[in-house]
Amino acid sequence: MLRFIVRRFLETIPVLLFIITATFFMIRFVPGGPFTSEKAVSPEIKANLEAHYGLDKPLYQQYFDYLGSLMKGDFGPSFKYPNRTVNEIIWDKLPVSLELGLTSLAVALVLGITLGVIAAIKRNTWMDYVSSSIAMTGICIPTFVLGPILVLVFAIHLGWFNASGWYTSYDRVLPSATLGLVYAAYVARLTRGGMLEILSQDYIRTARAKGASEFRVIFRHALKGGLLPVVSFLGPAIAGILTGSFVIETIFQIPGLGREFVNSAFNRDYTLVLGTVILYASLIIILNLVVDVVQVWLNPKLKFE
Amino acid sequence: MNFSLSPSADKLPTGIPSIAEIEQGTSLWQDAWHRLAKNKLAIFGGSALIVLAIACVVGPWLSPYGYEENNLNNTFSPPSWAHWLGTDQLGRDLLVRLLVGGRISIGVGLCATFVALTIGVVYGAVAGFSEGKLNPKVSAGFCATLAGVLYFLITLFTLGSFSSVYESLVTVFTAFFRLSQFQVIIGGASFGFVGAIILNYLGVKLDSLMMRIVDIMYALPFTIFVILLMVFFGRDIWLLFLAIGAVEWLTMSRIVRGQIISLKKMEFVEAARSLGLSNTRILFRHMIPNILGPIIVYTTLTIPAVMLLEAFLSFLGLGVQPPLSSWGVLIKDGAEKMEEYPWLLMFPGVVFSLTLFSLNFLGDGLRDALDVRSSKD
Repeated sequence: MLRFIVRRFLETIPVLLFIITATFFMIRFVPGGPFTSEKAVSPEIKANLEAHYGLDKPLYQQYFDYLGSLMKGDFGPSFKYPNRTVNEIIWDKLPVSLELGLTSLAVALVLGITLGVIAAIKRNTWMDYVSSSIAMTGICIPTFVLGPILVLVFAIHLGWFNASGWYTSYDRVLPSATLGLVYAAYVARLTRGGMLEILSQDYIRTARAKGASEFRVIFRHALKGGLLPVVSFLGPAIAGILTGSFVIETIFQIPGLGREFVNSAFNRDYTLVLGTVILYASLIIILNLVVDVVQVWLNPKLKFE
Repeated sequence: MNFSLSPSADKLPTGIPSIAEIEQGTSLWQDAWHRLAKNKLAIFGGSALIVLAIACVVGPWLSPYGYEENNLNNTFSPPSWAHWLGTDQLGRDLLVRLLVGGRISIGVGLCATFVALTIGVVYGAVAGFSEGKLNPKVSAGFCATLAGVLYFLITLFTLGSFSSVYESLVTVFTAFFRLSQFQVIIGGASFGFVGAIILNYLGVKLDSLMMRIVDIMYALPFTIFVILLMVFFGRDIWLLFLAIGAVEWLTMSRIVRGQIISLKKMEFVEAARSLGLSNTRILFRHMIPNILGPIIVYTTLTIPAVMLLEAFLSFLGLGVQPPLSSWGVLIKDGAEKMEEYPWLLMFPGVVFSLTLFSLNFLGDGLRDALDVRSSKD
């Protein structure tokens, strides 16, 4: 198992290097730069600025300089926020995005698994139909429709929450519910399917025959196997939640890293774009690795290959 | 009740085929159609989509308003007889904008899915069909083509923004012949040739190499790359097709590969081979028609994913540009004004959700009907 983890970890290095290289050169091919704005900057000032940020050097040298500073954990200075480094900006904004992501994931898992288990146990009763249609609704209504609707109903008409902002713990409710509901829907469908398959297996009948209570049969025996499809969905779900937060942060005016990323791309803030892309890519890749390990650990039939 | 000893054919209960029908037999496609017809939700989804598509194509011609026709005396009017779905901040008719936006959204969905379908099927089929070693000549040809296409795209992008497709093609071709695209292709070919020999020497199989690439690409945060592409290279709608299509082919290639591998050992393939048919002909004339079922099913499920991605980009302001509309753009505009003018959000939101709903149910229904082996989830 340790060999598997080490090997997978080593494999991520070329992938990350590829991402860094591709992003770096893609940005440089772009028309326009960080210092082209409506206000014309005189050529002397522009040359000074470019010299200050090392943009006057040949491209390949800039690339190796950047890789060198990355090795030291330094993402470089931001072009659009004077006197701030990318590290500082990420340090400021990442906790907000992570909190949003984790609460949404919690909503998705708790709600999704509950609905899915209920649907599987009470198969083909009204409870199954209700939870299955909730799940289908979640799949068909995208976050950028659901978010505004939730704001309209719960913030504006009922006045229970603030429509936007990120100050009190109440402000966390609507954004995480919006982002989490979509994935709760997928989790519910997968849980229902997985549980139905497991509940028809022989060892469940054996457990019942031994006289185990229904509660024990479901939570001790069936759930572990029934959740396997959910675990393999977690990788894509995490990636989706991280990128989905771009939209949520726009709707709810949350000062997170996702909004910063989209803005930095518009502003051609080279270093900030690179920094956020590298950060998101490594997060997604590492979390995928964790999901793979958990999956094999839960299901002994798969082996660490 | 009225019992009759000799029931005639027309009195048979529905669902039991008459003897004539049994003797005639049904094809696999007819069976699938019967299974699909029993699935009410799938039929509902399919008919809703047909109605919507016809409305989007025909509707804007029948309407007295144009989608970019401003009327500043009549802004934010609620739904009425003159404007069935109301008007927006510039007094434009929401219904026409919704239908024109539908053309864009559905068009993007179909075109990008077609791109994804082509790449995925060819890639998966080649991976599944390949036997072990790489052919250096084929690999050289492939790498040369890839280098040529990449060169073409990079030239296209570095030239910056362009107004029309025709104009951009002309610019690209002139740039093409000025720069040494020939060298690039020769370079790609030699890279492919040498690379194939080295990989053969190392004992790497083509199939596992191709699938490893897919595995790695699964881990890449593609949405982020699509966002970067759209921000950097102008919000050209053709680029949108390409970018989304290039992202969504991965699952298709996996499905096709699995199916091809399971078909490879069948007798009809052996028969085709003993008749002396070429590999390409066996693959594309004999094997791929046999896996049309899973391909159709997965295509129906790719379309909603693609439309969702387009709307996501439009919502971030990266999709089609005003005055053109797409459903994502309308939802974004509506969300900004929803407090005072909720219909601007409600109608586009409902139509978009209904479309996703229909596509998902149609896809699920097709999967149950065509792909008997796989279970529902």
